[in-house]
Amino acid sequence: MAKIPTPEEVSNISFQPPAKGWMDTKPEFKEGCYCNAASPKWVEWLEYPFPRNWSVRDADWKLPPNWKEIILEGFEDRLGRFRTLKLFMDICVRCGACSDKCQFFIGSGDPKNMPVLRAELMRSIYRRYFTTAGKVLGKLAGARPLTEDVIKEWYYYLYQCSECRRCSVFCPYGIDMADLTILGREMLSSIGLNIEWTMASVGSCYETVGHIGATPQAYKDMIDFFAEENERVTGIYTNVTYNRKGAEILFIVPSGDYFADPGTFNYMGYLLLFEYLGLDYTISTYAAEGGNFGYFMSHEMGKRLNAKFYEEAKRLGVKWILGGECGHMWRVCNQYMSTWNGPADFLEEPVSPITGTKFENAKNHKMVHISEFTADLIKHGKLKLDPSRNAHIKLTYHDSCNPSRGMGLFEEPRYIIKNVVPEGNFIEMPPNTIREKTFCCGSGSGFNGDEYLEMRFRGGFPRANAVRYVRDKYGVNHLACICAIDRAVFPPLMDYWVPGMDVIGVSEMVGNALVFPNEMERTTDLRDRPLVGYEEAEEEEGGETE
Amino acid sequence: MAVVEHKGKTFEVDEDGFLQDLDSWGPDWVDFVKESEGIHELNDDHWKVINILQDYFKKNGIAPMVRILSKVTGFKLKYIYELFPSGPGKGACKMAGLPKPTGCV
Repeated sequence: MAKIPTPEEVSNISFQPPAKGWMDTKPEFKEGCYCNAASPKWVEWLEYPFPRNWSVRDADWKLPPNWKEIILEGFEDRLGRFRTLKLFMDICVRCGACSDKCQFFIGSGDPKNMPVLRAELMRSIYRRYFTTAGKVLGKLAGARPLTEDVIKEWYYYLYQCSECRRCSVFCPYGIDMADLTILGREMLSSIGLNIEWTMASVGSCYETVGHIGATPQAYKDMIDFFAEENERVTGIYTNVTYNRKGAEILFIVPSGDYFADPGTFNYMGYLLLFEYLGLDYTISTYAAEGGNFGYFMSHEMGKRLNAKFYEEAKRLGVKWILGGECGHMWRVCNQYMSTWNGPADFLEEPVSPITGTKFENAKNHKMVHISEFTADLIKHGKLKLDPSRNAHIKLTYHDSCNPSRGMGLFEEPRYIIKNVVPEGNFIEMPPNTIREKTFCCGSGSGFNGDEYLEMRFRGGFPRANAVRYVRDKYGVNHLACICAIDRAVFPPLMDYWVPGMDVIGVSEMVGNALVFPNEMERTTDLRDRPLVGYEEAEEEEGGETE
Repeated sequence: MAVVEHKGKTFEVDEDGFLQDLDSWGPDWVDFVKESEGIHELNDDHWKVINILQDYFKKNGIAPMVRILSKVTGFKLKYIYELFPSGPGKGACKMAGLPKPTGCV
């Protein structure tokens, strides 16, 4: 693995563009800044084209002989199928509003990470082959021929875009870079260029319970473990049913929440909430993945994985789906589900069985976000909460890109947080770094791999910088979020830029605060950390798992 | 896919250096990872972790979640990091010949 430069080295960013023009500047594949090639095993498994052993480090990427034809036909086909692509290719006036809005540009200083120029990498090919001006005038019209170097450049920079859509918030035309990245990655995939992290996740999800490759028995083992842990810490055993036909609600979470810390504590929080409510729900050992890494490689693959939710909901005969704290899951179900696999007319318009609230916003896809569900419960006074149990948590809240920009989920998580922590414990980061202007964690869209750490730290720098600001100014010690990729990638990002910052899910704090009628005296939070006022007793017993 | 050689033996590994196939796991592999992980000498606790990881994987098709590993071994996470400096996922799983988990982890 590449040596990770120090924070001092990484923050010494040069914004001086190269002397030569962008078309004449080839990307330098810097260790730590590109994703590894997918192994043929996964490509074969998913029946995707051109499985082969290849490496980004090799000069020869072993492209199929007719790669150029495939790309150009693929481009033409997509121009016909996606009006967005055609529009975004034509409409940019190069005003530059987006140029300094991308966290990968801010963190790397590489001009090709300016969204306008990243799009230009594709636009220049569009002009050359699909516009008269480009065909005739060539470079003068911003056109260039398609070569292997162009393909390598696409690979490098389309995998330095996390599809977070921050740039599109600032674009006066609303050009959506994520859409372009998705289509560009599809074209790369059509000639057998995929990244390992995404393909391994997708292959695993296609064959097993979810991205992590768990079998049904492993999944059950983990959920049973949480029930035992809940009983140990709170005295409440949280009952779960698996694959139960006729349940009212199917609950789906990202696999990070039952496999990786600190998401696992969030899962304990979900279970406590449902036990408290006596909710008629079930979880599936087939559709146990809220995330959809298929969406990070092609529409087709995203559609295949998304189908699992709906097939399972249909099979079990549930009324609607409740979804956990996942990021891109919400972008998928809000913006893609109805045209990919929908309409889900075999499900009912979601209604909270506790409050009677109709979730009209979920009328189409029939999925309710756990934050909407919980906020509604609190609003109706259905939860007894003791915020003092989160008194040791002074937090700021990271708007995860997809739920915030993809579905406008700004208020609900904040409303929950304000009700589960003592007044004054919740501090916002600066306004231009939150809500729809939130900065990406730097690792979305399949960038969790360790080979990519330097770029993750660069891309995560603007977010980390805002976290550091509230730590230094207000003594914030926790970063809350509602996305499992966030929960997986923030711990190393924080260790790197803002040491001492813990990462926490919102539902974990709900679990801490929830007061059960028959509970035992709580002296710790779900992580076995002593509550304020119980620090000394805890020191003698130990019992930490972290 | 790459191939690494150690003391005359060859192993097929992925780009992160994880063994491709648990069947090719053996003492030589452990010895190889031990060096790259900077572990001086393996003790009983190392082996306890390795054996539990492999048993769990054979039964469940996946490495145990860290908190389950901690519970089953009786070792606190901090101690597991002392045993395997690059952690239970990268160090211990690699040494035990397990594939690395993917997704939101």
